[in-house]
Amino acid sequence: MGYKKKSNGDLAFDLVITLISIMIILIIAYPLYFVVIASFSKPEAVLGGKISLWPVGFNLKSYTMILQENKIWTGYRNTILYTVLGTMINLVLSTLAAFSLSRKDMPLRTPLTFVISFTMLFGGGMIPVYMVVKNLKLTDTIWSMVIPNAINTYNLLVMKNYFQSSIPEEMQEAAAIDGCNHFQTLLKVVLPLSKPIVAVITLFYAVGHWNAFFNAIIYLRNQKLYPLQIILRDILLQNSLEAVGGDMTGMYEKVMQGETMKYALIIVACLPVLIFYPFVQKYFSKGIMVGAIKG
Amino acid sequence: MANINTGTKNKKSIKKILVSKWQLLLMFAIPFVWYVIFCYVPMYGIQLAFKNYNPKLGYFGSPWVGLRYFKQFFSSYYCWDVIWNTISISLYSILFGFPIPIILAIIVNELPGKKFKKLLQNITYVPHFISMVVLCGMLYLFLSPQYGVLNNILGVFGIGPIGFLESEKYFKGVYVISEIWQESGWGSVIYIAALAGIDPALYEAAKIDGAGRFKRILHVSIPGIVPTIITLLILRIGQVMSIGFEKAYLLQNDLNIKSSEIISTLVYKQGILQGNFGYATAVGLFNSLINLSLIIIANKICKKLFETSLW
Repeated sequence: MGYKKKSNGDLAFDLVITLISIMIILIIAYPLYFVVIASFSKPEAVLGGKISLWPVGFNLKSYTMILQENKIWTGYRNTILYTVLGTMINLVLSTLAAFSLSRKDMPLRTPLTFVISFTMLFGGGMIPVYMVVKNLKLTDTIWSMVIPNAINTYNLLVMKNYFQSSIPEEMQEAAAIDGCNHFQTLLKVVLPLSKPIVAVITLFYAVGHWNAFFNAIIYLRNQKLYPLQIILRDILLQNSLEAVGGDMTGMYEKVMQGETMKYALIIVACLPVLIFYPFVQKYFSKGIMVGAIKG
Repeated sequence: MANINTGTKNKKSIKKILVSKWQLLLMFAIPFVWYVIFCYVPMYGIQLAFKNYNPKLGYFGSPWVGLRYFKQFFSSYYCWDVIWNTISISLYSILFGFPIPIILAIIVNELPGKKFKKLLQNITYVPHFISMVVLCGMLYLFLSPQYGVLNNILGVFGIGPIGFLESEKYFKGVYVISEIWQESGWGSVIYIAALAGIDPALYEAAKIDGAGRFKRILHVSIPGIVPTIITLLILRIGQVMSIGFEKAYLLQNDLNIKSSEIISTLVYKQGILQGNFGYATAVGLFNSLINLSLIIIANKICKKLFETSLW
């Protein structure tokens, strides 16, 4: 695009859209940046509106306060368990279904694809699904966090489309001639060639579990099983803190610090996703676009 | 390679295909069972909407009550508020939110400099990965009338403090604007992909014809992504009634309930919290039926008007 000399009009156009882009970046990034600097600032500055560009009265008190909240760490542990277990189940089931439906020689391929796609248009709704989970005695177990959402139809179809459009049929045929059965073809030929889509779908599923809130408020009553998001809701939105309350000495400071702690808690809760994100982000264009655009 | 195997191994390969098809079916078996149990059995369970459910009698034994729950819903004092909230939040977010990812994708497509392009994309994607609880937590922190940043800023201009989340007046605005902030970047991915698929020769031809940058956007870029826009619009219309439960539920409080109660939060409260399973299922069914009809109608209209459709 830049190989020819640009006219003045073009340059003006470039300038305008660059400025608009910078504004967009600021609008998206500033609230997130604000959370970061607020989490390192002293409560008086945060609550008094003294913070704008950098932390005021830099300190780590908010973070040390999080360390004292046991239920945060229980929630963290539970969420890690649900995320790892749930994502594994997701990947196995989605891959098996996507691979079999991507094959032209799959018996009843069209009707089965319809059976799956139809669930995106219509479903039983919240209560009938709840009744199924309840009748299977899954409520208040870790399985209620990973089984009802074991497959996301959209992800499955994106994966199927990727297998169909990005892996040459000849390669699968060649594998069959070399004596691979279908399981071996999937493991040794298709999956190694599908890194971008597997990476992206893993991110989608894992983030889905990490951020899951809905399933927990419906299926869980036992507080020991609560995932991080429920604990976050309790603290961020309902102000229930163990450290605040109790003795009255320094009550005011504690409440103030509790408000600032919320910023630090947001950072702690988002950190794993934000660490994971850059590694997968490079696959977005290859993975999601190929899969989604043909769907 | 294939030539060597023809002839002698023909019979064997037929057998092989039969065997291998069983493998494909076996692979599909577990996902299929899951779909039956967690998608189709619940569809069968919709009959709860027409029954006075009694756990002891089960689905079969519970007595039919016909349309009682539907009548009960339509004659309740909150019925039209709840339906209107659901539809209006959705319409506002289509009206203001739907065009933004398209504009964003065009901006990304036009930007000079690959690195800056990537930077813009990667930053605008980030909010999509933030959990709804965290987003709502941020909204509470930023919009708090006592300490919130926004009210601090407004205070400088002598406005406020405004309780954005403590009033029914601002709820829908907060909902829609925060959704635009969170999802626009991610929503642009698919348009960026569609734009990348446009033949560069079209741009060259337009250039030779003397079209400036703006005209090229109007006459090459936008027509090139119209099919994508229509497909996504149909899908979006099919979800008019299924706006996010989580956000409405998390931002809800006694002060804004009149504009924040939507169908799904009502279903949750009636069904899960109060145990009125039949009633909640009926309200949920009403919701999904409208969604289904909307997507069918939207699909038909688009088929006629633009010759693009989902099926």
